[in-house]
Amino acid sequence: MTATETPSSAAPSAPGGGERGGPPARRGLRRFLSARIRRGGLPYLLLLPALVLELLIHLVPIAVGVVMSFRELTNEYLRHWGDAPWRGLDNFRVAVDFDGSVGAALLKSFGVTCAFTILAVGLAWVLGAGASILMQDAFRGRGVLRALFLTPYALPVYAAVITWSFMLQRDNGLVNHVFHEQLGLTDEPSFWLIGGNSFLSLVVVSVWRTWPFAFLIITAALQNIPRDLYEAAAIDGAGIWQQIRKITLPSLRPVNQVLLLVLFLWTFNDFNVPFMLFGKAAPEAANLISLYIYKSSFLTWDFGTGAAMSVLLVLFLLLVTAGYLLATSRKKRGADV
Amino acid sequence: MSRSSRSRGRLAAAAALTTALTATACGGGTTTDGSSNDDPKTLTYWASNQGPSVEADKKILTPELKKFEKKTGIKVKLEVIPWDSLLDRILAATSSGQGPDVLNIGNTWSSSLQSSGGLLPWNKENFEKIGGRDRFEPSAVAAAGAKGEPPSAVPLYSLSYALYYNKEMFEKAGIDGPPKTWKEFDATAKKLTSDGRYGVAVEGGNPVENAHHAFIFAKQHGADFFDAEGNPTFDKPGNVKGVKQYIDLLANDKVAAPGNAEYAQNQTIKDVATGKAAMMLWQAAGSTLKPLGMKEDEYGVAPIPVQEGQQDAVNSMVAGINIAVFENTDNHDGAMEFVKFMTSDAEQKILNETYGSIPPVKPAQQDAAFGKHEQKVLREVLSNSSAPLPQVPNESQFETLVGTAMKELFADAAAGRTVTEGAVKQRLTKAQQQMQK
Repeated sequence: MTATETPSSAAPSAPGGGERGGPPARRGLRRFLSARIRRGGLPYLLLLPALVLELLIHLVPIAVGVVMSFRELTNEYLRHWGDAPWRGLDNFRVAVDFDGSVGAALLKSFGVTCAFTILAVGLAWVLGAGASILMQDAFRGRGVLRALFLTPYALPVYAAVITWSFMLQRDNGLVNHVFHEQLGLTDEPSFWLIGGNSFLSLVVVSVWRTWPFAFLIITAALQNIPRDLYEAAAIDGAGIWQQIRKITLPSLRPVNQVLLLVLFLWTFNDFNVPFMLFGKAAPEAANLISLYIYKSSFLTWDFGTGAAMSVLLVLFLLLVTAGYLLATSRKKRGADV
Repeated sequence: MSRSSRSRGRLAAAAALTTALTATACGGGTTTDGSSNDDPKTLTYWASNQGPSVEADKKILTPELKKFEKKTGIKVKLEVIPWDSLLDRILAATSSGQGPDVLNIGNTWSSSLQSSGGLLPWNKENFEKIGGRDRFEPSAVAAAGAKGEPPSAVPLYSLSYALYYNKEMFEKAGIDGPPKTWKEFDATAKKLTSDGRYGVAVEGGNPVENAHHAFIFAKQHGADFFDAEGNPTFDKPGNVKGVKQYIDLLANDKVAAPGNAEYAQNQTIKDVATGKAAMMLWQAAGSTLKPLGMKEDEYGVAPIPVQEGQQDAVNSMVAGINIAVFENTDNHDGAMEFVKFMTSDAEQKILNETYGSIPPVKPAQQDAAFGKHEQKVLREVLSNSSAPLPQVPNESQFETLVGTAMKELFADAAAGRTVTEGAVKQRLTKAQQQMQK
């Protein structure tokens, strides 16, 4: 943090400025202190509104959610949820009782979400990295292509996913029209929104939505790699693959570290895409944990258990994030030496 | 890499984490108690989507609200809310205390919402303010809350299920009239199923529709989804049989198209209107068939069939829309006045006629508008052979869980897997285990 130089006219009045007339020595000290506060405190003062909003919008709801997870918050207490009885760890017990129906379904949903996240993030990154490397060199139409690639990211989620859900319909959807009627790849029109295929649909739509972000970030990062590195490598006889492996990827490392983490968190927590694709009753194969928690709270009206699941989810994500940051930064430190 | 870029990476990661965390956290507000008259000049009204679209509803309701404004000077702010988000909105309003003054609810939610305490109870005194409880059809009031407690809402539009069929398809197949038993239904449906056309269409991807049919079919097998104490009995043999019979329309009998398994946007009505399917089990479909180009004499309406040899069996639920006053209203008197207006004889006649439903207000029923064939059938079913869905606090959970289980069963059947009684039972047991308490 750098201290900002403050023009004295704009400086806030010193704290305690009301009590004037102390002994001269003390006054000098106070002036010295207030000057320091003035200089060092301004950045904090400027940060204050953001901090208050952050507290209100993020931290307070999180705290409320944690409190809810210890209570029996069913429809009876919905109106006066301050009166809901405390349940201790019961909500958590229900959630992690994997022999019970609720816990077993949660575990299954967790598994589905993990598989989905790994696939979706992996594919989004590969596509994003591949496309941005291919478009690193200038050629005719590059700008148009770049704009085109970014379109899914610019579209409103709702409109985009609703369009997908129409395309994926069995009887009148575009996907079956092409696969089944025109190409004859399947004997029967397939279901894409119910049954096992729904997992595939979810991965495709999610990758379609997120890869432009990967593309954008990696494209930006590529601008920072000095061209002469490649030229030197080319002179030394390095092929295109070697250049990518030895120059491009290592240079992208810090960007990738953040990019993958962000993609992971977004994808793991994604609610919009599956909800709009499948509605309230998601097929089992695509029952992501966010949907399952929604169902557990809003459809069965047991907000306590839903909150407990959310808390568990947050703990899991914190753990993964901390582990990931630790592992990646340690590796890097090793590489620096 | 330099230190600063690493810490920048950490910062970005932390920011991302915060964003991610908020997605899983829940908010809430404080509740102020009771109703007041702080804002006597305006009302907010949440209407359910009764017509072909939200826009159509706005067109239908706005002139009526203007009449009310002229009469009382109270301006009504109208919001038409689609069915798939109405309950969520009501829950959010209940927990935050911030909501409409008057709202529509599906009558099957009455009991669940009653226990949440967010709606004004309709005791004798309140009923008196709108002309007394006797004006309403008793079966409709019985479906507005748990037995022995003041109803949580007042009946507004009454509906029942009926068998709708495409007359032209019946004629072409040489079928004289609508089937009366399920055996006749199967034979009729098989005759109508050929060349990519099907005997019947079902809304298999819509949990709520599924749950309603589960209730009707189970009733015909002598079973209920809740016992007298209000405990779930989802996997009782009669329930399993009932659910299986409904799923079998697609699974075993194959008289419904496999694609029906993902229908959730009223494609069923469209199929009947366009001749892709000949029959459907629906509530007051006339007002939706009309904009799809089907004239009144092109479709027939009959009571839903019963099991072989049964008489006076249940063949519908007491369906309907109720109007409720939000407990936290800031215009209590205006809200009561508005409910009185909406349930007045004149408004009941206009609105129910437009929506093709039956007025739950007795004097309004006498009007000639409700003497049409469709309304006559619906009315007879409603008064003779329908039963209310279980009025227990867990009713809405039942709809979600059983309806979703049936959606999965339809998906299995559509994928060509055989659906056995064991499979049905297993799904219903699992659904029951997810009922808390």
